[in-house]
Amino acid sequence: MSGTVNEMNSPDSFNPSEKPATAIPTLAQTATQRKAISASSVLERIRQTHPRSSRMPDAAFAVLIVLTAISVFAIVAFVLWELVDKSKLSLHQFGLAFFYGHDWDPVNGDFGAMPFIYGTLVSSALALFIAVPLSIGVAVYVTEMCPIRLRAIISFLVELLAAIPSVIYGLWGIFVLAPLLREYVEPFLAKSLGWTGFFGGPMYGIGMLAAGIILSIMVVPIIASITREVLTAVPQSQREAVLALGATRWEMIRMGVLRNARIGILGGIILGLGRALGETMAVTMVIGNRPEVSKSLFAPGYTMASAIANQFTEATGDLYLSALVEIGLALFLVTLIVNALARLLVWSITGGRAGRARA
Amino acid sequence: MIRAFKVVLCVLLLACCALAQTQLNGAGATFPYPIYSKWFNEYHNLHSDIQINYQSIGSGGGIRQVTAGTVDFGASDGPMTDEQLAQSKVKLLHVPTVLGAVVPAYNIPGVSGEVKFTPDILAGIFLGKITNWSDASIAKVNPDIKFPSQAITVAHRSDGSGTTYIWTDYLSKISPDWRDTVGKGTSVKWPVGVGGKGNEGVAGLIRQLPGSIGYIELIYALQNKINYGSVRNSSGQFIKASLESTTAAAAGVKVPADFRVSITNSPAKTAYPIASFTWLLIPTNPTDQNKGKILKDFLFWMLDQGQSMTEALSYAPLPKAVVELEKAAITKQVH
Repeated sequence: MSGTVNEMNSPDSFNPSEKPATAIPTLAQTATQRKAISASSVLERIRQTHPRSSRMPDAAFAVLIVLTAISVFAIVAFVLWELVDKSKLSLHQFGLAFFYGHDWDPVNGDFGAMPFIYGTLVSSALALFIAVPLSIGVAVYVTEMCPIRLRAIISFLVELLAAIPSVIYGLWGIFVLAPLLREYVEPFLAKSLGWTGFFGGPMYGIGMLAAGIILSIMVVPIIASITREVLTAVPQSQREAVLALGATRWEMIRMGVLRNARIGILGGIILGLGRALGETMAVTMVIGNRPEVSKSLFAPGYTMASAIANQFTEATGDLYLSALVEIGLALFLVTLIVNALARLLVWSITGGRAGRARA
Repeated sequence: MIRAFKVVLCVLLLACCALAQTQLNGAGATFPYPIYSKWFNEYHNLHSDIQINYQSIGSGGGIRQVTAGTVDFGASDGPMTDEQLAQSKVKLLHVPTVLGAVVPAYNIPGVSGEVKFTPDILAGIFLGKITNWSDASIAKVNPDIKFPSQAITVAHRSDGSGTTYIWTDYLSKISPDWRDTVGKGTSVKWPVGVGGKGNEGVAGLIRQLPGSIGYIELIYALQNKINYGSVRNSSGQFIKASLESTTAAAAGVKVPADFRVSITNSPAKTAYPIASFTWLLIPTNPTDQNKGKILKDFLFWMLDQGQSMTEALSYAPLPKAVVELEKAAITKQVH
């Protein structure tokens, strides 16, 4: 309470130990002689501690800020409610079987979302599998090993990847990546790793593998820039301490830098995963759009976002529309669950403690 | 100063009212969008106080909007079902406008000529029964073409579309197997193949994948210079899709009073078998009499002058008999 600017000007200030500003008995003097009033609410407090001229604006400001905070939750709740409401028909018809049904048959009105859920999860997992080592590598190089002159240029180029529109990635995927995969990469993978069962079947070029690669390129700048920020924020004393204990360069990076930054890195990975789960245009152009669960990565697949984007405008029939909205609901839930699991993972690693050692 | 501002505002408002533009809104199919766009533009040049807007959001969206009454007219590549008509708040008349053809386009390494397809071959390929270009049944109807031993990759539409409706409607007619396992619709469960978004997506897939075959609108095949084959019609002739053979398809079919008819597998001798009308969905008892009158006038203009503009954009015009039937129906049914 003491030391606020308002107090000097406030005629209602009730600090009895403070001398009044003038010798003439003023409203302030009589106010200081008043008994202390116990403030019970924010508005009461505002009324007592602020001069009349700023009471209204301050109260209004407080209310506005609280409303803004609530509105974020309100929007999410509204989206969820709309999704559930519009998919009622399909929920009623199929129930939980919708989420593990394999058929997508608009002619006979038989809908099941399993191929889409599988496609979304597999393409995102593949994207992370490729992108995480790549982005951490880039970030470590830029912060630890790169000549200082090149640092800005490389960071800029990595962030430039994020600025490219997804349609361009899709086009590049069809015209450059798919032929490359079909002619060289897929035959090589089939020959060397075909025994695993993940690299078999006809080689189209487009398919789950192409989608995973494109998604990884789109996700790299996100993870790389966040990792770079977090690595830069690790105090220099950590690095010096590890080196002083006789560590090699790689051990220093591993123990002194990466270990301290792992929460931030995980946060970056979660953000990248969020982008991969929701990406529509680039994926739908290269994934082959076939609602089928297949073990091979060469096979075409289908993701939830692609399904909605492809079929929503021309969907005739209420059940069909309702099924598509339910896929939207499924995507919403999958994103929520994946994020929750990731947070759980972070919490379990740190055991609830702060992840970074204090300098 | 304020006064001057108020005066200017009043003048502007009056000016806007004086222009008195009547605006009609329509929404629907993407396939005929280029020709509709041209027609509405030409009509506006003739009647400068009438502006017709058209949004190509897809046949499904067009049907939904016009049945709910949120737009003045709709457009669809596939006719509405009895159920949809019954559920509609607005009574509608289907008015055919132009004809489109869907062709089997392919990319066979080493084959640049025209490949002949029979209905059975097409059904076999799309059902996944014929899996290689060197199959005996294909060689039998194409004795002078040497096919490589290349696996067939089917390319189809991943989005719902009138083009798919026409293709599956044809396959359902000529193949009981297809009719029982897959059926017809704007979006179906394809037994084999990869999906591309839009005619452009399928055309892109065909160009990229060696040994692929897909179905695209005639216009796309012509403009993108993709090889497409001829199909044997019900009279036994191998017909390659063209504007004349498409119009002939409509001429050979008896058109019912409500114009909701499928002209695939048409019995006419020179008809291309995989063709279809595209329709405008017109309310027969419009709430706004003025707009109803304008639409009626536009339809008559479309049936007379509009038909001569279709060839330049590679759409097939309606046959004369159908034009006469439509004029009679519009006069009688649209108020």
